[in-house]
Amino acid sequence: MNLTLKVWRQANTTTKGNFETYSIEDVSPDMSFLEMMDVLNEELIQKGIDPIAFDHDCREGICGMCSMFINGEAHGPDRLVTTCQLHMRKFKDGDTIIIEPFRAKAFPVVKDLAVDRSAFDRVQHAGGFISVNTSGNTQDANAIPIEKHDADRAFDAATCIGCGACVATCKNASAMLFVSAKVSQYALLPQGKVEATDRVLNMVKQMDEEGFGNCTNTGACEVECPKGISLENIARMNREYLTASIKG
Amino acid sequence: MALSGLFLVVFLGQHFTINLASVVSKDSFNELSHFMGNNPLVQFILQPILIFGVVFHFVMGFILELQNRSARANKYGSYKGSANASWMSRNMILSGVVVLSFLGLHFYDFWVPEMNYKYIEVLPEDPTRYYEELVHKFVSPVRVGLYVVSFFFLALHLLHGFGSSFQSMGLNNKYTPAIKTFTKIFAIAIPAGFVFIALFHHFNAL
Repeated sequence: MNLTLKVWRQANTTTKGNFETYSIEDVSPDMSFLEMMDVLNEELIQKGIDPIAFDHDCREGICGMCSMFINGEAHGPDRLVTTCQLHMRKFKDGDTIIIEPFRAKAFPVVKDLAVDRSAFDRVQHAGGFISVNTSGNTQDANAIPIEKHDADRAFDAATCIGCGACVATCKNASAMLFVSAKVSQYALLPQGKVEATDRVLNMVKQMDEEGFGNCTNTGACEVECPKGISLENIARMNREYLTASIKG
Repeated sequence: MALSGLFLVVFLGQHFTINLASVVSKDSFNELSHFMGNNPLVQFILQPILIFGVVFHFVMGFILELQNRSARANKYGSYKGSANASWMSRNMILSGVVVLSFLGLHFYDFWVPEMNYKYIEVLPEDPTRYYEELVHKFVSPVRVGLYVVSFFFLALHLLHGFGSSFQSMGLNNKYTPAIKTFTKIFAIAIPAGFVFIALFHHFNAL
């Protein structure tokens, strides 16, 4: 396949970026999107052009590092995949592909397509954990009976890889799906109930401080999430928040 | 937003019921309107609560819109919103502004003359005047046209907003599909009913 790529180039956080157009030839339909970007970067290096910076790590949809906004959608046109799992067979010969970084005030561009998603880390640090005494007589988590249905829903919430596609795709740049997944994975389990009040209040407070937008229930986040995190988690977090606010 | 929205939905249902009476019986409509316009509980407690609910809903709507716009200062070069969300959910501010503009016209048409009649000119109460006042307003085809357009946008606003308010309040469970179906029926039937009433009086007066 021969393709035209319009790629966002930006030297650093403070400079203004712009789209640059590149042509790439003989792209195999079996390549992953990131492999195609690797080939493009090799060509740019050979021409003496600064290669395009983009995040990647595991390249198997687990780490949540890849973060491209492709043709108007987070992680591209396919569903339930990250950018690294997207294949070039999803495009046609002669296509023009527009590649941008995830855009949100809380995700400043570091360079080109790489963005700083440490806002998610700070939200997680605000309460996305349970406190366990590890002095030597810690109870085995498997010794606590948990209803299968709750365990399954907690696991589903925990599959969130924190890639930020929910923020990138939401018209309000809201992080509600991510935060609600992290709240839910503990709220559903007995180990998480002990600190449930502080957890949801602190995580929502941190989310607001980071400058994410508000949830207006468009549902775009659920559609674009590579792990299929459900909107049920947002409703659960809203319940948790309401209960925690009343308790103080 | 969700609570004030649900409160306004309840009011809308009540308003529609009274308006529908104008199609069924002139006397019933006059009786109901006279009660609503002169009952102290409705006038001095429910009416201020309603006005507060309306103002709170649109002020909060504008504040949230501004916050959400600032959360993405740099826009995408290509953004395919229709790929993952409905037009209604993405344009609540647009449909809301149309409905708010309609409310301005509605207040100018009915509420301002009513306040003038009762509290400024202090005219003698006439329990039979309401039906004629209503019919008189729907003689103008321009006004009826504005009503039709406004209620079309109200339907769009309700199609997302009504169901969405349950999600915002934490309700997403086995009853959600039934709630979604009910809210869709309500969002289409009630505005369509208001349009029917306006057209009924318009064509009846020709």
